[in-house]
Amino acid sequence: MSGHTDMVLVDDNGMRIDGRTATEHRPIKIEAGVLKNADGSAYVEIGKNKVLAAVYGPRECHPRHLQDPNKAVIQCKYNMQAFSVSDRKRPGTDRRSIEISKITAEALENVVLTELYPRASIDVYIEILQANAGTRCAGLTAASVALADAGIPMRDIVPAIAAGKADGHVLLDLNKEEDNYGQADVPIALVPSTDEIVLLQMDGNMTREEFDRAISLAVNACHEVYDLQKDALKRRYAVKKEEAESDE
Amino acid sequence: MSNEVISQIKRDHIVNLLEKGTRTDGRSPKDIREIQVTTNCIESADGSARVKLGNTEVIAGVKIIPGTPFPDTPNSGVLTTGAELIPMAHASFESGPPGEDAIELARVVDRGIRESGMVDVEGLCITPGEEVWMCFIDMYALDYDGNLFDASNLAAVMALRTAIIPGEQYGKGENKPLPITCTPISVTSCKIGNTLILDPNFDEEHIASARLTVTTDDNGNFRAMQKGGKGSITLDELSQCLDAAVEKGKEIRKIIG
Amino acid sequence: MERRNAKPKRELVLPGDLLDSTGAKVGEYAYERDGNVYAAVLGIKNVTPAGVGVIPLHGQYMPVAGDLVIGTINDIGPSNWMVDINAPYPAPLHVSEVPWKVEFGDTSRFLNIGDVVLLKVLSVDESKKIQVTMNDAGLRKIEGGMLVEISHTKVSRVIGKSGSMIQMLKNMSDCRITVGQNGRIWIDGEGESAEAVADAIKMIEEEAQSHNLTERIKEFLEKRLPAEEE
Repeated sequence: MSGHTDMVLVDDNGMRIDGRTATEHRPIKIEAGVLKNADGSAYVEIGKNKVLAAVYGPRECHPRHLQDPNKAVIQCKYNMQAFSVSDRKRPGTDRRSIEISKITAEALENVVLTELYPRASIDVYIEILQANAGTRCAGLTAASVALADAGIPMRDIVPAIAAGKADGHVLLDLNKEEDNYGQADVPIALVPSTDEIVLLQMDGNMTREEFDRAISLAVNACHEVYDLQKDALKRRYAVKKEEAESDE
Repeated sequence: MSNEVISQIKRDHIVNLLEKGTRTDGRSPKDIREIQVTTNCIESADGSARVKLGNTEVIAGVKIIPGTPFPDTPNSGVLTTGAELIPMAHASFESGPPGEDAIELARVVDRGIRESGMVDVEGLCITPGEEVWMCFIDMYALDYDGNLFDASNLAAVMALRTAIIPGEQYGKGENKPLPITCTPISVTSCKIGNTLILDPNFDEEHIASARLTVTTDDNGNFRAMQKGGKGSITLDELSQCLDAAVEKGKEIRKIIG
Repeated sequence: MERRNAKPKRELVLPGDLLDSTGAKVGEYAYERDGNVYAAVLGIKNVTPAGVGVIPLHGQYMPVAGDLVIGTINDIGPSNWMVDINAPYPAPLHVSEVPWKVEFGDTSRFLNIGDVVLLKVLSVDESKKIQVTMNDAGLRKIEGGMLVEISHTKVSRVIGKSGSMIQMLKNMSDCRITVGQNGRIWIDGEGESAEAVADAIKMIEEEAQSHNLTERIKEFLEKRLPAEEE
């Protein structure tokens, strides 16, 4: 948010450097069930972000002191691979990935029916293969598809996307340049069936009007992401479903 | 690579099948699994590859950045290889800094690449004694069904073969391909009872008493080896492993082109 | 194809999908909000007199008292064995629940790590603490043969309507087959026949949704099983 550039991020016609309008998100591709060992998995591309998510569980909770006698705990590990960013990232956790892991787990905990599995753990692993602004949203979007793919009982599937501000314009789904040189970034995630917000962060500088506009853009886009998440899950089971119907 | 309990029934079943010359997935002892390679899959890397060996999957990425050479090799670039067995890949993998299995894996892959002279490190010199290209190879297991050695080696090698030195990004001349001289290929054998098998899957790897990884260069010369496991191999078995490494090495080179 | 016995369309549902807004009762793998019933897992919508719910297509096995399960011993204590039954929780087998007299600390003489056991789930309490027993007819340590693992959600298809599928598999192959509710299946028989049955079971898992499945499995086995001696 703090960088400065002479680059024009939004031109006089309201066009962004990647050819999008203010209200458009980058191309999104979602695939469910991409890994063999994991109980559930998903692959998500949002623009140039490439993200894998895997879910194991519910299973025995390690370390034991994290066990909750009344419900399952969701343990999330968000990790950026060394080659995912332009400067090589030193492997291992850092403060940023610990924070993202925490808020992602909390967002998911809101929809997963954790009370069905006391003392157990549901482990969510998010690997960022390629990063280009918006990885936490892509990661959470992938993680909730992976949870559904794992057959874990949940109220709804959680989509996430960011809105923000660059060159004074409120924009949906910031790209790398807009994120680096823009004025604000607001990632959000919600429960589509009720529009409850389960993840929200903000950094930068926005007026109340700008913020309201950003939220409204992001909420709308979340519903689009949600449809793509459901499509991905349906596609995974489509072959079997067609068989079932043709046999009837 | 993990402490998974393999049931006695599975153990006996694998051994019984091997006595008849076959394996649980229908392969013969000398068959390797299907190889699928996707290169240039990561734009943020200077070279990348995703490799599937049966149900084992590894992604490798190469980052090349300017740095200072080691004092004893002032004109040579620097190669660094790392591997992580991330918990995404198997229920038994734990998060945290690389353990001994991951470190052994990275070092065995590193040896094959380094000793074969795959990357011409002299060609990575920018200013003698002052600045050279440092080449980082990072490998992540994504799905683990045995034989991470060969899958990781292949992923690293394919990522290197497609890597571009990003001269323009750092104002150090034109972008150019990483100088590659050959393709080191590793072939891993495992010993179950008195039978040697190639390219073990998860269950086979876990009941094997010994393992031998042999890396060859384009000429079929040996460039790196690593024996693993608590069991032993006889001289005759060693000879079989070496023959297999040469023969399968050729086959794999044909597959990857 | 003729559609004389047209069945209601099998509807694939996802978590959050509305299942009912007419005041139906909440069935399995569903939840209620504002008087409506929603799906809680990915699966096939299932309407029964007991309520509107979902038959999951995926997911972990949750033991229920009385279930027959196949487990692997993965740890040994002085007075019990820990058994992996493919559930989110470990299943302790206490020395009082085996048909032998076991002295304190002498457990490994009877069952060792890696041994496979056929057990019954004795109880699952509110906090999901599980107890299993080997004290019932037919329960034992199993040896030889082979193990196949499938999703527990497909076990009912392997068994078939009132046992029709499993009976056919047994009759055609002459194999002994024991199906654990936890998705582990033990097959004991002639090498080739056992392999054929294992493949047939994998096929049932893959194509569990098909309606003429029994017929197709029969054809598959006829082709795969070694010819009978004249």
